Amino acid sequence: MELTGSQILLKSLTLEGVDTVFGYPGGAVINIYDDLYESSINHILTRHEQAAVHAADGYARCTGKVGVAIATSGPGATNTVTAIATAYMDSIPMVIITGQVPTPLIGNDAFQEADMCGITRPCTKHNYLVKDIRDLAKTIKEAFYIARTGRPGPVLIDLPKDIQVTTYKFSYPDKVSLRGYKPTYSGNIRQIEKAAKMILAARKPVLYVGGGITLSGADDVLLKLAELTQIPVTTTLMAMAAFPQRHPLALGMLGMHGTFFANMSVTECDLLIAVGSRFDDRVTGRIDSFAEKAKIIHVDIDPTSIGKNVEVDLPIVGDLKDVLGKLHGHLNKKPELVEDLIEETEEWRSMIGEWRERQPMTYRSSKSVIKPQYVIEKISEVTNEDAIITTEVGQHQMWAAQFYTFRHPKTFLTSGGLGTMGFGLPAALGAQVAYPDRQVIDISGDGSFQMNSQELATLVQYKLPVKIVILNNNYLGMVRQWQQMFFEKRYSQTVMELPIDFIKLAEAYGATGLQTKKVEDVEAIIKQALETPGPVLMNFIVSREENVLPMVPAGKAIHEMVLAS
Amino acid sequence: MKHTISVLVENEFGVLSRISGLFSGRGFNIESLSVAPTMDPELSRMTLVTRGDDKILEQITKQLNKLISTIKVVDFTDGEYIERELALIKVSTDAESRAEALRIVDIFRAKVIDVTPKSYTIEITGAPAKINGILELLRPMGIKEVVRSGPVVIGRGAKGVVG
Ligand SMILES: Cc1ncc(C[n+]2csc(CCOP(=O)(O)OP(=O)(O)O)c2C)c(N)n1
Ligand SMILES: [Mg+2]
Repeated sequence: MELTGSQILLKSLTLEGVDTVFGYPGGAVINIYDDLYESSINHILTRHEQAAVHAADGYARCTGKVGVAIATSGPGATNTVTAIATAYMDSIPMVIITGQVPTPLIGNDAFQEADMCGITRPCTKHNYLVKDIRDLAKTIKEAFYIARTGRPGPVLIDLPKDIQVTTYKFSYPDKVSLRGYKPTYSGNIRQIEKAAKMILAARKPVLYVGGGITLSGADDVLLKLAELTQIPVTTTLMAMAAFPQRHPLALGMLGMHGTFFANMSVTECDLLIAVGSRFDDRVTGRIDSFAEKAKIIHVDIDPTSIGKNVEVDLPIVGDLKDVLGKLHGHLNKKPELVEDLIEETEEWRSMIGEWRERQPMTYRSSKSVIKPQYVIEKISEVTNEDAIITTEVGQHQMWAAQFYTFRHPKTFLTSGGLGTMGFGLPAALGAQVAYPDRQVIDISGDGSFQMNSQELATLVQYKLPVKIVILNNNYLGMVRQWQQMFFEKRYSQTVMELPIDFIKLAEAYGATGLQTKKVEDVEAIIKQALETPGPVLMNFIVSREENVLPMVPAGKAIHEMVLAS
Repeated sequence: MKHTISVLVENEFGVLSRISGLFSGRGFNIESLSVAPTMDPELSRMTLVTRGDDKILEQITKQLNKLISTIKVVDFTDGEYIERELALIKVSTDAESRAEALRIVDIFRAKVIDVTPKSYTIEITGAPAKINGILELLRPMGIKEVVRSGPVVIGRGAKGVVG
């Protein structure tokens, strides 16, 4: 059957199992939109292309499926770049389709032309410019395959307008063959046996877990392994929901704003088992004193992550589900040795227990002003930790990680690697589209919220009941905190001089706005918001100069924390 | 340390920019780069010379391998290999220096490929060190222009790398 390029695109998407796309139309994709008009694919019209891609990203993070977004050429396409880079840094599987000027005009500075393959080369896993209709179906097949396999990531397809209208016989390939791309899934059994040996010999072991665990779907096997061996687990920002934070073995987050006991454990451990984590500088602090006393095992599907920032004693390349599964299987067959390990590491766990008691994750509560941490605790309580939480970037993001007691995988969607303000609202939108019946909450700052606040309109249009919590300090709080601590309180351009009437803003879009500065109202407002149908914005006026603690100042080792007094 | 790396890639749109972008984006340096199609028209081979300690070289080879368009990466520094470079050298000559120039060309088994009353253009192939050698000797006569290809390499022995 002869189909046009845009029909081939939509047919292929359907064959890839895509039922929802996020996007924004324009001249260079008008043919695709014309075909969408009668397609079974559900299209969500955001109010900005950046938001469309963040929404597809949020959709992907909470479902594990490939998120799909569409934008027009030129400004539409360049608007997607921040969101693509966000997904790239956090290894999120996505396919982004951008329109392009007709092939004969490429390179001519045509109207709304931008070299998207050039622009996105360093922030995509791979990208394509389709120059021949015969390559289109194969390209889409490859794009989805590359996006979701190995270390996942965003793939961009730049589709010129003339290709969209050219007709060609449609047949969707059932296999891909990419000579240069064959990710290693199966972990080397020899290396895994060595790892088991190192674990059994350890006296102070710690599991240091990153976002890869969720990407691999290895959350369950991690829990099984930790419980079998009784090894404490510290999680990065990206993995807070990958391990139940109420579990006795959970140490919470490590790194710049990690818990005292997580950072001490990593500093003192004799074996660090890094799984799906990448020794980011926000995690390690001064690199040469990070886990200084430990042997390091590093398991990751991406060989470039291993040995990049720290030297590793035992590298294992493979899918975490496979490697941790084999490791668990191997240890499970040696119950006496594991029992010995548990006995021998008893002292280590009680040492960590003492650190935890000495310096728990806490804050000074107040009866007169709303502490932002208190709001997070209440959200955690009221939602029974069943909600999907998204965040923007700043202090509120760190407080969400520190004080919400995550317990289900894929319920914490946050921009870790790139740290993109403006991510949370559109990501929540995408998550709510994926799960219309679940509670989705964006924890936001007054600054970040304004980076994509136009998406309130999208929420209202599609009746998406996302709840937004603004921890309003009327500051670019995180930057202000640095200025307070390291720049003698010179608050250069971090004061939001103009307090915004967020209630009016919400109402202007047709959403509900709630607001308080009273501690005693916090819980009631959260409950009221959750019971109110449709999107609700909660504006909490919080204690203005609260700091995120503990904090490891830049350039310091992670045990050199500034602690909450 | 200097490393000569051979990269077999898909001969497709934008592949050169993927490789060079990888180097510039990650702060690796490229001293020279040469690219040409292989026997298999779908593939190209790039030979590049870079510098770095072991850790950087490990990252370079891993990152090159990670590119979807890359099929094979060989760092020749670890094994036995033959390295050759082509150089075209335009040197000033006059009645006095001509004989000397020809003598140098002869010693290095180079060739004069273009002659004017005021110049010789010399073609030479060999290991980069040999090319540096002839340049050293020709320098006093006045070198007007040098065009070097950057080295290409091949492993010793009977085994070949596909493409
Ligand atoms: C797009 C973008 N621009 C700038 C920054 C730098 N930045 C990091 S946190 C922050 C302040 C965020 O303020 P707000 O959203 O009010 O959160 P708060 O820290 O006050 O909780 C800024 C400006 C960023 N992360 N992302
Ligand atoms: Mg703020």
